[in-house]
Amino acid sequence: MKEKEVPQDDGMLQGKTRDLYYVLDENGNYVNALSTGWEAKNIVMQQAWDIINEAVAEVRAKVLRNEASTLLYHMEKNQMDIKLLAQYSGVSRSRIREHVRPGGLEKASQAEKEAYASSFRISVEQLFKLDDPHTNND
Amino acid sequence: MTEPAFEHRQSAHCENGVTANLFRFHGLDINEPLVFGIGSGLFFAHMPFMKLNGIPVTGFRPFPGIIFQRAAKRLGIKMKVKTYRNPQKAMSELDANLEQGIPTGCVVGVFHLTYFPEPYRFHFNAHNLVAFERKGDTYYISDPVMETITTLSRRDFERVRFAKGTARPKGKMYWPVAIPEEVNLRRAIIKGIRKTCYDMTEIPLHFFGAKGIRYLAKRMLKWPQQLGDRKALQYLGQVVRMQEEIGTGGAGFRFMYAAFLQECARIFNDDRFAAFSLQMTEIGDDWRAFAYEASRLVKNRSSQGSDWASVSLALQGIATKEQQLFEALYKLAKEWDKKI
Repeated sequence: MKEKEVPQDDGMLQGKTRDLYYVLDENGNYVNALSTGWEAKNIVMQQAWDIINEAVAEVRAKVLRNEASTLLYHMEKNQMDIKLLAQYSGVSRSRIREHVRPGGLEKASQAEKEAYASSFRISVEQLFKLDDPHTNND
Repeated sequence: MTEPAFEHRQSAHCENGVTANLFRFHGLDINEPLVFGIGSGLFFAHMPFMKLNGIPVTGFRPFPGIIFQRAAKRLGIKMKVKTYRNPQKAMSELDANLEQGIPTGCVVGVFHLTYFPEPYRFHFNAHNLVAFERKGDTYYISDPVMETITTLSRRDFERVRFAKGTARPKGKMYWPVAIPEEVNLRRAIIKGIRKTCYDMTEIPLHFFGAKGIRYLAKRMLKWPQQLGDRKALQYLGQVVRMQEEIGTGGAGFRFMYAAFLQECARIFNDDRFAAFSLQMTEIGDDWRAFAYEASRLVKNRSSQGSDWASVSLALQGIATKEQQLFEALYKLAKEWDKKI
């Protein structure tokens, strides 16, 4: 790739940083160049997030149909399965399995609720709610 | 305490970048492409028996930590590496290092890495950064994939050092303790090149090296029938993500390797390396053309047999070129191995 071909397609990096590329300058020497993004990368990154967001939307619908507790929603939103949440929260897998059932989260102890909330970096109050779908990326 | 003069130099990839920045702090003049080449960072693997989130693993580099280990060993640099069970101890020993002015490499998870762009925060636990100073509760961080110095609070730093899930970092930290006065750069480079050439042409399994690229190209043709359009395109998208994201410097590290080969031409005063650098650049451009074409299929959300034949053919062409390049480079490396 040549220096002047470096793509500057804004997107997933959100302006927080730029990607460093190795490119050839006019004299055929390798130099560094910075890129705000590349369309091809933005497309496949969006694809990865579409997969996650669709899964979150599915769980959201499940909770609204009262087939699971809000705990499952927050897990999905944080890309956590039972195993990972057990590691972050210190709550056993079998307890988590009980708590993701409809109405199950109410049966959790205060300490367990706090452990979950802190794993997701939200308040205990938020733990019992779904996020507003319009303010979130699900 | 004097200000530690830690030079933050951005790199494409975190592991090479941390390694190069730490070595340079200790007086060894080295850059990312050299660390990458000496550490035999270039690789290819397509392993359908290993899945991540239900998608087969495709890799353009060896497992995390290996580039760094090999580069240190081949350059004769002694490193101290520690992991911890107790987060408090992990933080206080880091503090002690910083107190003494020792910039320290740390392995972290990126899901809770506060300064990272949100779209890049997955449960990935093998990111590397350097902590070089602390003021109260604030740590000054040189994260090689970021343009500038960043900071982390003590709480956030501890959290990412003790991220959970696959391959937990366990507070891992590392720093050079002894750097030889004279480094045999040529020897280290030839060792690095030989290993890469072996990996790309001679591993007797079809998942790896140039054979692995061809294997992926052939398997890809069956994806639409086997998996349906949607899943097939997810598989294809994952290949492109591994190739272009996670700091490869473009084209699955091929441009970085071309930059390394150009340095070799200078260091060995041998233009044959420069010719290989040019070929590698062309192969990198082929990879990017493949990524572009693949991303169009992903964007259209539908594909036809002819589309898959086309991307597969692009990869087969790359496989042939890489096989030839690394076989020829292997010969050149062996020739130099006898001379030095």
